[in-house]
Amino acid sequence: MMRIRGIYNPQEVRSGFLFISPWLISFLFLTLGPLLFSFFLSFCNWDGGPLDRIQWVGVRNYSKLFFEDERIYKSLYNTAYYAFLSVPLGVVLALLLAVALNQEVRGIVLFRAIFYLPKVVGGPATAILWLWLFNPVFGPINTMLDLLGVPGEWHPGWLSSEAWSKPSLILMSLWGVGGSMLIYLAGLQNVPRQLYEAAELDGAGEIRKFFAVTIPMMTPTIFFNLIMSVIGSFQVFSNAYIMTNRTQGMPNETTLFYMLYLFRKAFEEFEMGYACAMAWVLFSIILFFTLLILKSTPFWVYYEGER
Amino acid sequence: MNRDRRRAQSRLSGLRLKRKALAYAILVAFSIPFGFPLAWNLSTSLQTIQEVYAGSMIRIPADPQWGNYVKVFEFLPLGRFLANTFCITGLGLLGELMTAPLVAFAFARLRFPFRDTLFVVMLSTLMLPPIVTMIPTYIFYSKLGFVDTWIPLILPGWLGGGAFSIFIFRQFFLSVPVDLEDAARIDGCSHFGVYLRIFLPLAFPALATIGVLSFAGRWNDFESPLIYLQTIEKFPIALGITIFKEAYSVIAPHYLMAASVISLAPLLILFFAIQKVFVEGIILSGIKG
Repeated sequence: MMRIRGIYNPQEVRSGFLFISPWLISFLFLTLGPLLFSFFLSFCNWDGGPLDRIQWVGVRNYSKLFFEDERIYKSLYNTAYYAFLSVPLGVVLALLLAVALNQEVRGIVLFRAIFYLPKVVGGPATAILWLWLFNPVFGPINTMLDLLGVPGEWHPGWLSSEAWSKPSLILMSLWGVGGSMLIYLAGLQNVPRQLYEAAELDGAGEIRKFFAVTIPMMTPTIFFNLIMSVIGSFQVFSNAYIMTNRTQGMPNETTLFYMLYLFRKAFEEFEMGYACAMAWVLFSIILFFTLLILKSTPFWVYYEGER
Repeated sequence: MNRDRRRAQSRLSGLRLKRKALAYAILVAFSIPFGFPLAWNLSTSLQTIQEVYAGSMIRIPADPQWGNYVKVFEFLPLGRFLANTFCITGLGLLGELMTAPLVAFAFARLRFPFRDTLFVVMLSTLMLPPIVTMIPTYIFYSKLGFVDTWIPLILPGWLGGGAFSIFIFRQFFLSVPVDLEDAARIDGCSHFGVYLRIFLPLAFPALATIGVLSFAGRWNDFESPLIYLQTIEKFPIALGITIFKEAYSVIAPHYLMAASVISLAPLLILFFAIQKVFVEGIILSGIKG
């Protein structure tokens, strides 16, 4: 069938718009509309009641957010702490497991299942499970430390201790690296064999091959995973909500993450305008880090075919 | 010459052996912390309360308390939660599998104005944190009287099911040869006919992949039900199980662990039933990491 560039078949155009209409409706009413309204609301005070109670306050929400609300900084600190530890640790662990799985070992299906299952089932039910694992008195983690001969006074209080509450949640997040591991595994399987053979002919050892072939060839995959994990970790919410007493971030707000505080403002204190301003600030932060990673790619990401 | 080569080869295979041994050591060492939580969950769900408090290591209970799995239904309205979850997950998934491939087909194979611009717009919504649109979306649903109903949880599925699924289906449809499409069109098929008879049947692997990923995502969804639902009778299990956490974690941890196993079971069954699709699907799709 002949197709001439630039001339549309009216029937095809009609079908085209009809077929994409479900997405178009959702884009207009559930994305674009809310996006604009949220931006407008961030300059208003509103308790979520009748629409005529919306009050324009200019940049008041933003100035309050930046200069008066100490909890914003506390929650940003907690979130950054979580993100800057869980993301790099997650990348390293996922890569390590993927490389080990890629060595043509026997029982790969079994190992893959063990590492990937936590990611599949990960949800509120596993948050409740980890709450028990972390129990300082009856939980198996401290029981195990006991068996290893660690004296009782050195046992971490995990979620009930101010020092350990964030590391506990980071530890739990590492349990779910199976998803990234699979993506790395796919990337590893696409590294051309000839490169390793060429390196071997040049007398490269195993370690040298890993750092001179595997890592450079994997950088695009690492880059992609890094962006997705950063975006995700700045929005950490569910596990902390379930495990550290809703939006309280117990103990002593050490796990009050940004999203928890936002949720508190919107759905517990009904400061909708302020919560919208917070959402836009979070969006800007995420955008900033995404662009930063993107700008850094020429220095460390290797793209084939680029010279 | 030949001997040198053989020596080099044996040195190489020695290295390979060492590398494999190291790989095994890493895999076995990490299997313990990765496998422990779910094994402990299963073991604890079969213990008596005295056993749980006696020291919670994994053990094969001498007398497995299968009754825990019955009693937990008396403590929590688990039957109700499970039925709700199947409804919410199933209806949303059905909508997504009906609309997402159709939208993707138009983006991949039909020519209409602004198609590529709209596609880029759609892709860029992937980067948008859901929180930015969450509050106005909540207000929108609440003004329509949909708060405390399942509609906000199901409706987005029927509206294309999100940019991610549409993107995956589009990539899939792009690879279908043009000849097939042309043949059908010469036979007098409409655009929808071409989609339904040629493209949809070919998309079975993509449908399975997206279906499984979306099922798991919907089953585990916590945030949307938390925002939109108020009546406990309407809760899915992911939300329902958490409200009983405080009440039962001290007096009945073994029941809570049984409830946890029950809520994970459908995902486990799904995973083992179609492990191949699941694993290859996530590799194929690349995202969701």
